[in-house]
Amino acid sequence: MKKKQILALTGAACLSVALLAGCGNNNNTTPSSTGEEDNSNTSSLSGTVATGGSTSMQSLMSMMQEAFMAENQGVTVTYDPTGSGAGITGASDGTLDIGLSSRALHDDETDVEAITVCLDGIAIVTNTANPVENLTLEQLAGIFTGEITNWSEVGGNDAEIVVIGREAGSGTRDGFEEIVGVADQCQYDQELTATGAVTAAVAANENAIGYASLSAVDDTVNDPTVEGVVCSEETVQDGSYVLQRPFNFVVKKDAELSEAAQAFITWATDGSANEWILEAGCVPVA
Amino acid sequence: MKQKHLIERVMTVIFFICGITAIACVALITIYMVVAGVPAIGKIGIIDFLFGTRWASTADDPAFGILPFILTSIYGTCGAIIIGVPVGLLTAVFLSKIAPKGIGAAVSTAVELLAGIPSVVYGLLGMTLLVPAVARTFGIASGACLFSAILVLALMILPNIVSVSVTALNAVPPEYEEASLALGATPTETYFKVSVPAAKSGIAAGVVLGIGRAIGEAMAVIMVAGNVANMPGLFKSVTFLTTAIAKEMSYAGGLQREALFSIALVLFIFIMLINALLNFFLKGGNKDDK
Repeated sequence: MKKKQILALTGAACLSVALLAGCGNNNNTTPSSTGEEDNSNTSSLSGTVATGGSTSMQSLMSMMQEAFMAENQGVTVTYDPTGSGAGITGASDGTLDIGLSSRALHDDETDVEAITVCLDGIAIVTNTANPVENLTLEQLAGIFTGEITNWSEVGGNDAEIVVIGREAGSGTRDGFEEIVGVADQCQYDQELTATGAVTAAVAANENAIGYASLSAVDDTVNDPTVEGVVCSEETVQDGSYVLQRPFNFVVKKDAELSEAAQAFITWATDGSANEWILEAGCVPVA
Repeated sequence: MKQKHLIERVMTVIFFICGITAIACVALITIYMVVAGVPAIGKIGIIDFLFGTRWASTADDPAFGILPFILTSIYGTCGAIIIGVPVGLLTAVFLSKIAPKGIGAAVSTAVELLAGIPSVVYGLLGMTLLVPAVARTFGIASGACLFSAILVLALMILPNIVSVSVTALNAVPPEYEEASLALGATPTETYFKVSVPAAKSGIAAGVVLGIGRAIGEAMAVIMVAGNVANMPGLFKSVTFLTTAIAKEMSYAGGLQREALFSIALVLFIFIMLINALLNFFLKGGNKDDK
């Protein structure tokens, strides 16, 4: 009897601990008290770096936040996913130290400058049994908006095209639709929640087409060339592969950045962050 | 003696705290769901939210109509029940009344194992085996559709229905069946006209439990249903209430995020109703016993 009681108590204790753990704040910003943690590191930097903007840069930013804050324990990097436009505005009006933008600056955005941290290459994936070797941007737009529904229209077998994409809000979907020019017009047959799920679904269906981060493409799927250019790190870096976009840090011209913000920009662009950039599925430029 | 008394009191307090934890959690979750879910419904408008047929949460001109999700959840659950209940009920009758000891033990073990398989495994098998098979069988381009989800859900609710029904059937007094047999009814007539009706409230409870599991399932469904916010059709790619939340939560912000909480609130109300129904059946069962 006693044993049972102890068992029940232990169980209850475990459950309540798990419950409390679940109560953690799941925000992207990390509101930890700055400067109070012991600086076991040699770094003497302290302060908060406020960043915000592009939602596509979420996974990149969370990797970089974590890595940079581990190296510089006095610094807090916050990230507010509000969209590229809001990021640029924030940098320009000074509410953000660094704005994040997954598009190049427009001509009228003259008071800020963009520093490219890395490039985002999006590969097109098809089933290994699919004979189509090249697709143009126009054909891609037709396929994803549902105007082209049969592979024979783009030089493949006579079979219905199964269009597989990512969920609304995904950076890859956002990037693909923006570059191809089909934002909010896509007719998907499946919306999956992870890059791996997309490649798995494409690998399982002979007539499927999807898109995925360059880093996620492997032997289980074909990656046809786009406009005649194969998707690889080199072609993304030299700009010949069109399904790509820059991930930029946007800062106000002539503004005095805090030491911590300056250090974060340097760290992100001088190659020290390449490990995390690759991990986030992007192509480093440094 | 005194020490014993002290231990008793301390333990009483500990038991009380543990007991209160469950209630506190339910209260907390309920309050949180309402607080988090109501504002977005207010902003979107309850009619547009519940009866809107277009969901485009990240479009420049966003729309937050969840009727496709509600109907999909209802159709999916009904489909799972239509397939799952007959199979589950007959399995239960077999296990309770007909099965020879050895086979019965084997089948019960299998059913129990079925209950223990994590839903992600159902989803994985569904994605790699069932979805391509459905596509081939019905000659459709993509097998990720409502029908695949129904098949997976039917399989998943089977253990709930079987185990609760077996318990109910075993509890039917043997005199009932003996009397029926003595009057000249065949065993099959006895099972369906005496045993099953006598156990009906327990069986109904099993079915309601199954409905609860089917409507709340997200992981297995998200892997086989295609997840496009279409109005439901048997061979269309669809989104359930659960998968609508799971799919978009990771990148959601602003009104989109709030609307996902509102979906959760709707789902929560559905589950509450099902629980109320379950209580109703269980209470009905007690009355029968008297």
